[in-house]
Amino acid sequence: MIRVVNVSKSFDEVPVLKNVSTVFEKGKTNLIIGQSGSGKTVLMKCLVGLLNSDSGQILYDNHQFSTMSFAERRVIRQKLGMLFQGGALFDSMTVEENVIFPLKMFSTMTLEEKIDRANFCLKRVNLENVNHLYPAEISGGMKKRVAIARAISNSPSYLFCDEPNSGLDPLTAIVIDNLISEITQEFDITTVVNTHDMNSVMEIGDKVAFIYKGELWWEGSRFEILKTENKEVNDFVYASELMRTMKQ
Amino acid sequence: MKLFFHIGRYFMLLVQILKKPEKASIYRRQIILEMDNIGLQSLGIVAIISVFMGAVVTIQTAFNTDHPMLPRYAVGFATRQSIILEFAPTIISLILAGKVGSRIASEIGTMRVTEQIDALEIMGVNSSGFLILPKVVAAMIINPVLIVLSMFLGIFGGWVVSAVSDVMPVSNFIYGILYEFAPYDIFYALVKTVVFAFIITTISGYYGYFTKGGALEVGQSSTDAVVTSSIFIIIFNLILTQLLLA
Repeated sequence: MIRVVNVSKSFDEVPVLKNVSTVFEKGKTNLIIGQSGSGKTVLMKCLVGLLNSDSGQILYDNHQFSTMSFAERRVIRQKLGMLFQGGALFDSMTVEENVIFPLKMFSTMTLEEKIDRANFCLKRVNLENVNHLYPAEISGGMKKRVAIARAISNSPSYLFCDEPNSGLDPLTAIVIDNLISEITQEFDITTVVNTHDMNSVMEIGDKVAFIYKGELWWEGSRFEILKTENKEVNDFVYASELMRTMKQ
Repeated sequence: MKLFFHIGRYFMLLVQILKKPEKASIYRRQIILEMDNIGLQSLGIVAIISVFMGAVVTIQTAFNTDHPMLPRYAVGFATRQSIILEFAPTIISLILAGKVGSRIASEIGTMRVTEQIDALEIMGVNSSGFLILPKVVAAMIINPVLIVLSMFLGIFGGWVVSAVSDVMPVSNFIYGILYEFAPYDIFYALVKTVVFAFIITTISGYYGYFTKGGALEVGQSSTDAVVTSSIFIIIFNLILTQLLLA
């Protein structure tokens, strides 16, 4: 479980996050949604420690992450997996080397065990016979899946996904969404997904946190979001003609 | 003010780079890979430039010292001293600053803008150490080898010119090459080379690591890395010459 308490962040005295408090529960797919520029990426970067919040607390299973030293953070970070928007696979490494990398750095497994683990993770994301290809040789959807395999290779307790569907067609996007949801339940991890894709919300949103102008504006489940009377949430959810027609 | 910001951030990065590696075996493997990337892949350009520059230095020295008061072997002597003291360590390091420095800055800069460095950080890896330290160590090991090779090839270029043309007799050239040879000159050249290798890799790594933006900024970082490294090589050349030869 990750608890966020009154987190604020400003850039050049422009507030981007304002006293955000929420809880991301274990075994659930927690979604952060909001318009572009609303502050959801900044919130995620604060959660994983790529940015330091100006005030407030971030607690990983009651461990105060925001005030930890570099060395203490490193221990927590070894329990994190993250899927970046562009995949962020290492260009100079093959698919297999990418998946093995976290194990190489932090596990005491033998090479054979590492390869077995990599194959297991790649198979789990429905990828086979791509071990020796380089990231430049695979499609966008495959890159995302390799990135998920890399993120889960070290058996993380927390999985973060930043816009996992960006640049993917709707069918591939649903495959990635379902994969994230299945992995969350299968490994009983805390997953936080940053998205503005309503399809993802409806597909996997166990808990949805709506960020509006840097504030936590609304939170609830994917079923509740369709019924809420909150104007800003409705403007976001029913932004398209299709959704408005469906609502009517 | 911006200069102090860069100096402060550069030294803070150095502290991060020099922290204890997570897994020494991975770093050792990276060092070997980088020795190939930085050193062996620069072998061709170093060899070509050294041979031709050695030849040109010999011809120019011969034409400009054509005086009855000066012995002919002085051409060989002057060629050797020019190559060992200045050409090989400084000029080749400037060339490496262009070739290796731009490569390091653009490689690390691209990793920054494509979030690969963030991915390393999230995994708990000391990204600056993992990416820059092996390059620094590799360059400090392999660059002296390149420079020694450059010295031999530069002198070889001069010998070829004296052998195939009538610039001067080969025997005089060889006598000049051997005349009053001081091993300390090699030591001086290698000390400079190691310092220049550190400058090239850390400054290029610095510019790459703190790249912000996209492809345009990666190009800018690469250019800044080469320009800054070259300036610092020239400055430290003066300082080290004063310290070691004066």
